[in-house]
Amino acid sequence: MFARDLFRSSCSVNVQESADFKVALAGNPNVGKSTIFNALTGLKQHTGNWTGKTVECSSGKAVIKDKCYLFTDLPGTYSMNDFSEEEEVTRNFLATEKIDCVIIVVDSNIIERNLSFVLEVLSLQKEAVLCLNLCDEAEKNGVNIDVDELSLNLGIPVVCTCATKKSGINELKNVLGKICLGETKCFRVERNFTGIDVLDKEKHKLNSEMLAKKSKEICEKTVSYNTDPKKRDNCSLDKILTSKALGIPVMLVLFAALFWITAVGANYPSEWLSILFNYIKDELYILFEMIAVPHFLTGILIDGVYTTLTWVVSVMLPPMAIFFPLFSLIEDSGYLPRIAFNLDKFFARCGAHGKQSLTMAMGIGCNACGVTGCRIIESPSERLIAVVTNNFMPCNGRFPTLIAIIMMFFAGSAFGLIASFKVAVILLCIIVGCVLVTLGVSKLLSVTLLKGQKSGFALELPPYRKPQILKTVIRSLLDRTIFVLGRAVIVAAPAGAIIWLTANIYVGDSSVLSYCTNFLDPFGRMIGLDGVIVMAFILGFPANEIVVPIIIMSYMSSTTMMEYSSYEQLLELLSANGWTVITAVCMIIMCIMHFPCSTSCLTIKKETASIKWTIFSAVMPTVMGIILCFIVSNIMKIFI
Amino acid sequence: MVKTMNDVCTLNNLPLYKSGLILSIKCKDYLINRIFDMGILENTMIKPLYRSPFGDPTAYLVKNTVIALREKDSKYITVTPIN
Repeated sequence: MFARDLFRSSCSVNVQESADFKVALAGNPNVGKSTIFNALTGLKQHTGNWTGKTVECSSGKAVIKDKCYLFTDLPGTYSMNDFSEEEEVTRNFLATEKIDCVIIVVDSNIIERNLSFVLEVLSLQKEAVLCLNLCDEAEKNGVNIDVDELSLNLGIPVVCTCATKKSGINELKNVLGKICLGETKCFRVERNFTGIDVLDKEKHKLNSEMLAKKSKEICEKTVSYNTDPKKRDNCSLDKILTSKALGIPVMLVLFAALFWITAVGANYPSEWLSILFNYIKDELYILFEMIAVPHFLTGILIDGVYTTLTWVVSVMLPPMAIFFPLFSLIEDSGYLPRIAFNLDKFFARCGAHGKQSLTMAMGIGCNACGVTGCRIIESPSERLIAVVTNNFMPCNGRFPTLIAIIMMFFAGSAFGLIASFKVAVILLCIIVGCVLVTLGVSKLLSVTLLKGQKSGFALELPPYRKPQILKTVIRSLLDRTIFVLGRAVIVAAPAGAIIWLTANIYVGDSSVLSYCTNFLDPFGRMIGLDGVIVMAFILGFPANEIVVPIIIMSYMSSTTMMEYSSYEQLLELLSANGWTVITAVCMIIMCIMHFPCSTSCLTIKKETASIKWTIFSAVMPTVMGIILCFIVSNIMKIFI
Repeated sequence: MVKTMNDVCTLNNLPLYKSGLILSIKCKDYLINRIFDMGILENTMIKPLYRSPFGDPTAYLVKNTVIALREKDSKYITVTPIN
């Protein structure tokens, strides 16, 4: 206990400060490296039960027994070859960096295959410790590993851990310390490497075979099975979740349930927050009046900054704070790779990679994360397709906007049980629509601009694991809250101030804002929206969260001031400004199909290293959105 | 079921739950190294477990892990069915 406490208190060590020892964590994908990393450093890296969750290196420092260690969590790889980008990162790191010790993490359940990787790492780095993770699970599955014998065969210390329960972590720290200080000597077992040159790409097949043979030999000496070793035969859950009859329906029902819980659960906190913020707003007015703050300052601070900020917090925060913890649970359970498995055929037909469904799922959280996640796709052309189309998944900042519009215009503003089901079903239809659009665009791209080579599909399906419910929910809740609040302060507050200024600075007899909106109005009307909405989308470039607050502020500056603490009042405000069902539909279309936010654009630029593709991924959805809105609004006008 | 020789068939034709010993792997370049790394090598046991709702890909049990492969790739792998 003491060591851990010591450790926690030292987490705030300045990362710039040099460390005494450098340690890297390496291993096959999805063996729990990030969980070990978190346990060692006290950091809170995201973890998930699927291959490719970590695609970037992350570093953290910790002080163990007065020595400062710099830990680097490397992306999981199957070998030392550089077939995909995140693997190249790992290989280069292990082949060129000077490190004091490598912690090689393996999944004890599948030790034989993992050992190939262990041997590969050992051929590059002598000082290492083997961490047999998920030991408890392996024991339950009847896998017995002779730790001492294994240690002798590899020439390095071996530690059993169960990272989620934090058992074995202290021992790991001790062993690590001894290796770094030279108290424990690792030795190179030459017979393990005869005839193997890991860095020679030409000899890959031979290498793999040799490594597999050596691993098998070592396993025969060190691993015994109590029960039938083919435990993974038992895949009754997968039989249901990937079956012909139930696979797709279960997936849809799961997402519908997720949306339903989000819509119902978010409604109450949203309302409470609005009431609270409005109360504070009234008090602030009184306070500002009492201390005789100039009218201009009151306007910019309360009507501008405060209003936008609180809107983002009260409307955006609750849905996200409910959706993401639930989504993290699904992620931890290991269900995501099954979605990729179920849908792969569609993706294959569209010239895309099955793993694209994983990056799309990430995109629901944040398009920038989704775009970075595309590194798990090996073929450059397929990766580019996934990067360019990721924006069609409504992210964090757009999701609540969709919920709000659906609630006001399609579910009846009196929020009841039936309305909440409607919201969930409509939202599900929209997401399915998004997936179809993504597939369609992927197909188009793959037969036109991105004809390049296709990579194969070889996806590992990890066993289902019971998520650590409480821990995941709390961490995800906090992370999400901080994320949304952070964006609110950084983007929404200045945006609020700017909008208020443009609405209140007059040139001639109309405000700067109305000049802009009037200018955009004819174009907006043409596509079923209006000038204000178009301007809101343009100004929402830094963050999609602020699109709706901008719309509200613009309307409020031209009409008499009114309260909008509930969806009914908001609907009243929007209707007073000419919103109809057509506007709502077009708004939803535009919300999904427009340029990615600035952060996503920068990420696309970074990942594609091409301005051309960055511009393409901004222009393509925008043009599509405009055309679709134009068509839909004109058709709807005929009928309504 | 298409059988080329007496007891040899391609992996995509191996029935579910029937174990097979891998004889040869002639997958295309883009995949071959990857599947080697995943433990799919000659002389390794492999067993199809379940298929995707749309019939492709199929999940295989190899070295106690489950790996999904598309039919267009698994047809280049030959196996000997084992009882």
